[in-house]
Amino acid sequence: MTEERIGVYVCHCGTNIAGTVDVEEVSKWAGEKLKKDGVVVSRDYKFMCSSLGQELIQADIKEKSLNRVVVAACSPHLHEKTFRTACQKADMNPYLCEMVSIREQVSWVHTDKRVATEKAKALISGGVLRVAKDEPLEAIHVPINPATLIVGAGIAGIQAALEIADSGFPVYLVERDSSIGGHMAQFDKTFPTLDCAACILTPKMVDAGDHPNITLLTLSEIEQVDGYVGNFTVTIRKGARYVKEDVCTGCGICIEKCPIKVIDTNFEAGLGYRKAIYRNFPQAIPKYPAIDTEHCTYFLHGKCKACQLFCPTQPNSIDFEQQDEVIRIEVGNIILATGYDLFNSRRIPQYGYGRLANVFTSLEFERMCNAAGPTEGRVFLRDGITQPKTVGIIHCVGSRDKHYNNYCSVICCMQSLKFAHLVKERTGAEVYEFYIDMRTAFKDYDEFYQRVLQEGVNFIRGRVAEATDAARLPGEEGKLIIQAEDTLIGKQRRIPVDMVILSAGLEPRADSEEVAKKFGISCSSNGFFIEKHPKLDPISTLTEGIFIAGACQGPKDIPASVTQGAAAAARVLGRIQSKELALEPIRASVIEERCSGCRICNDLCPFNAITFNEELNVTNINQALCQGCGTCVAACPSGAISGTQFSDEQILAQLDGILSLPINSGKVKTLESVPA
Amino acid sequence: MNDNGKPKLAMYWCASCGGCEISVLNIHEHILDVDAVFDIVFFPCIADFKLQDVQGYPDGYIDVCLFNGAIRNSENEEMAHLLRKKSKILVAYGSCSYEGCIPALSNLTSKEATFQTVYIDNPTIDNPDGILPQTMTKVPEGELELPFFYNTVKSLDQVVEVDYYLPGCPPEPPQIWAVLEVVIAALTQGAPLPPKGSIVGAKDVAVCEECPREKHEKTIARFYRPYEINPDPDLCLLEQGIICMGIATRGGCGALCPQVGMGCRGCYGPLPGVEDQGAKMLSAIASVIDVGDVGDDEKLLEQKIEEVIATIPDPAGTFYRFSMAHSILQRTRISENGKGDSE
Repeated sequence: MTEERIGVYVCHCGTNIAGTVDVEEVSKWAGEKLKKDGVVVSRDYKFMCSSLGQELIQADIKEKSLNRVVVAACSPHLHEKTFRTACQKADMNPYLCEMVSIREQVSWVHTDKRVATEKAKALISGGVLRVAKDEPLEAIHVPINPATLIVGAGIAGIQAALEIADSGFPVYLVERDSSIGGHMAQFDKTFPTLDCAACILTPKMVDAGDHPNITLLTLSEIEQVDGYVGNFTVTIRKGARYVKEDVCTGCGICIEKCPIKVIDTNFEAGLGYRKAIYRNFPQAIPKYPAIDTEHCTYFLHGKCKACQLFCPTQPNSIDFEQQDEVIRIEVGNIILATGYDLFNSRRIPQYGYGRLANVFTSLEFERMCNAAGPTEGRVFLRDGITQPKTVGIIHCVGSRDKHYNNYCSVICCMQSLKFAHLVKERTGAEVYEFYIDMRTAFKDYDEFYQRVLQEGVNFIRGRVAEATDAARLPGEEGKLIIQAEDTLIGKQRRIPVDMVILSAGLEPRADSEEVAKKFGISCSSNGFFIEKHPKLDPISTLTEGIFIAGACQGPKDIPASVTQGAAAAARVLGRIQSKELALEPIRASVIEERCSGCRICNDLCPFNAITFNEELNVTNINQALCQGCGTCVAACPSGAISGTQFSDEQILAQLDGILSLPINSGKVKTLESVPA
Repeated sequence: MNDNGKPKLAMYWCASCGGCEISVLNIHEHILDVDAVFDIVFFPCIADFKLQDVQGYPDGYIDVCLFNGAIRNSENEEMAHLLRKKSKILVAYGSCSYEGCIPALSNLTSKEATFQTVYIDNPTIDNPDGILPQTMTKVPEGELELPFFYNTVKSLDQVVEVDYYLPGCPPEPPQIWAVLEVVIAALTQGAPLPPKGSIVGAKDVAVCEECPREKHEKTIARFYRPYEINPDPDLCLLEQGIICMGIATRGGCGALCPQVGMGCRGCYGPLPGVEDQGAKMLSAIASVIDVGDVGDDEKLLEQKIEEVIATIPDPAGTFYRFSMAHSILQRTRISENGKGDSE
């Protein structure tokens, strides 16, 4: 074992650290007091992460024959890679470089310079003792399967699929509904340009449906995900459609002839009907209809078969015997684009949805406006014939409300403005918008707000207390009355209207936790998938090889979803092109001769990396699946699992170093006063 | 002092129960081999030797000293130093001497509190004057001296250098004999001894390896004390909610306790590389408590965790029954009034 020669580098981070920590003093202290622990050089520098700072370390590695480096600067999340790479370039094993966070853990959380300086010393002392126990490691290289799985074929998923497929790599696009397009396919117009949603979406859907590199799997659910980045094995259950995709021409005669009419609570949001054999809309991709076995007379009573009788294809496309199919595919990367659920407006009883006929949800109104929808684009009250003369639109339904969701759903302001415009355009009715704050950031959004203002829409700033049919004042009879405080004039207002539209918020999918667990990622407290970094890496997750795009990561509008879909695709393409992936060698491994086969750890691995070898009576950890989280290392009561880079020896050494900070009755003494 | 040329054996007890002595005698007919090979020069339990005898031996006179019991008072410490000086090989014999064992559980409190319980509060004590042990007592015949009682119980290696450790409460006869055989071979045929500091007479793998009970993935919904449950004879006890320290304890004993339906107490101590047996056991158990799933209501989870934990009546005494002196905990802080902080 060669003698440790450790260099300590204390960063000022401008004044970020130096403003609260006496960095010169810390550096001098480390050079003198930690000499006994192997420190041969200690320096401070204004910006260690700058090229000059890195060169300083590299020069010392060469000239002073350093074999370990401690950088006391920001969090390792930010610059660990920078410094490890710098050390590697100077021919030192990168894993012999430790970072000590004296910014996030010291200067940013303390105000007393003396205490902060002492704490920085203690942390550095821990880093120095720890680095001495670090082992040189080599990155793990794994090959990458060029195929990609995309879960969810809304606009984000479709965008990602097309980007990857156009670059020549195979994509499996999996959708649980019978057709692709997601929520966007239900809309009529998109803000702020008032483009027809179908006109801009359907070409992409057609591309995705026809693309030679895209395998489209609709009515399908992911059952199981095994493997690891670069080499996932995914089990998919493809639900029976009862229509043979290889013969069906999509002519639609079966739909026409089907005698059963069902209220479509899915695509038509309950506002319209579909048949028991159906497709969501005329331009649906794939074009093949699907049978709804819950309502089909044949499945319920064994009779009818009208669809089969009238099917003109040879052989017949209807197959009542079709079964669910279980498919196993191999992919290298996975993009989750599972979208959102609409907030259930029934949860706010005072707004009357489900009780008062003429209260509509935003999705119902979207379907009403859609030319292919149940009213062919005409705006009617629930009776289907009367046009409203006054319409109230309530913002933030289920959003920005501590009783439901604290967050802003992002799209509701713009969506409500769009609704106001459409009501004006199609009925000429008087429109009232009830809003808390008007949020029209992003390109051309505020211009759209100005336009709707000029169209004569009334804006009332205040949270609505209730929507009721209980008339109190003259002129309220037979109307819905919206009671709200107008905070701009400081008065309660009662506005009688014919129709109320609830601009419902976006929520995570009801099964988002379950899906997250399946893919080994996490959800934030509000249920949306957690990204690796909220600002710098919003499309990655903490699980290698699993990416997220669109509203499953948080509420967002169409351009943002498309951007994320494309970004996730770019990340995946970058990986596919590199053909091989270097993984951090931070892994847990079983010391087999120490394993007693007690099986405590067997059920703990969040990445399914642990298996039990019955024959040898020992536990195994798959090195490629393991993400180095340390759960099993902590749980192993025999100390038979060792975590690379986080061994007990390393952690205890670090603690020893840190605890050399003497704390007595809550008062910090300086380290000088204590014998080493 | 008649030297018969045989290697010299000593055994001494400090803070202990005497079970270790019995365990040596419990090697059955092998005791005759011990007598044949060794010249016993100090063994107060079975032969009449006095302190003066030991003091009179030259340094290093004793070839092997089996030292059992923890260091609890000044007499224990004095004997540890004396026997270290007089012995070539000093063996920390049994759990008390190796890692503190039951006596070291009093490190969870203070000397004053221990005296209060033992000499005042104990229901079988009649001590109206509240008399506590004194180091000096004047009687007509002169001054009597008692050893000074320490606050903290220490293991032997926390006082003097130890050559080998033989764990167990008490060590199991086959293991004792195996160790004695190695020592005899070394002394009589010059065979190599294990490296200094070794733990001898035990395995490097946990008790579970020797336990024939069937083991599965574990999720534990609650814990049972032995009287509360009639355990399945073939299933892992821990899986059935009986705290069994086998997973965190060195094997070598033959898994005797779990085989008869009693959870392992942990007397062979932590496994190699483990700093703290109690913490390891706690960490392992905490990992497999079945209280719910991700996404369950946090308050409800907390409540369920509390409920499961409440089924373990004495966590410190359960998980640190043998290893307190060696643990990271070491002892509770003693406040100025002499009481342990934990009280």
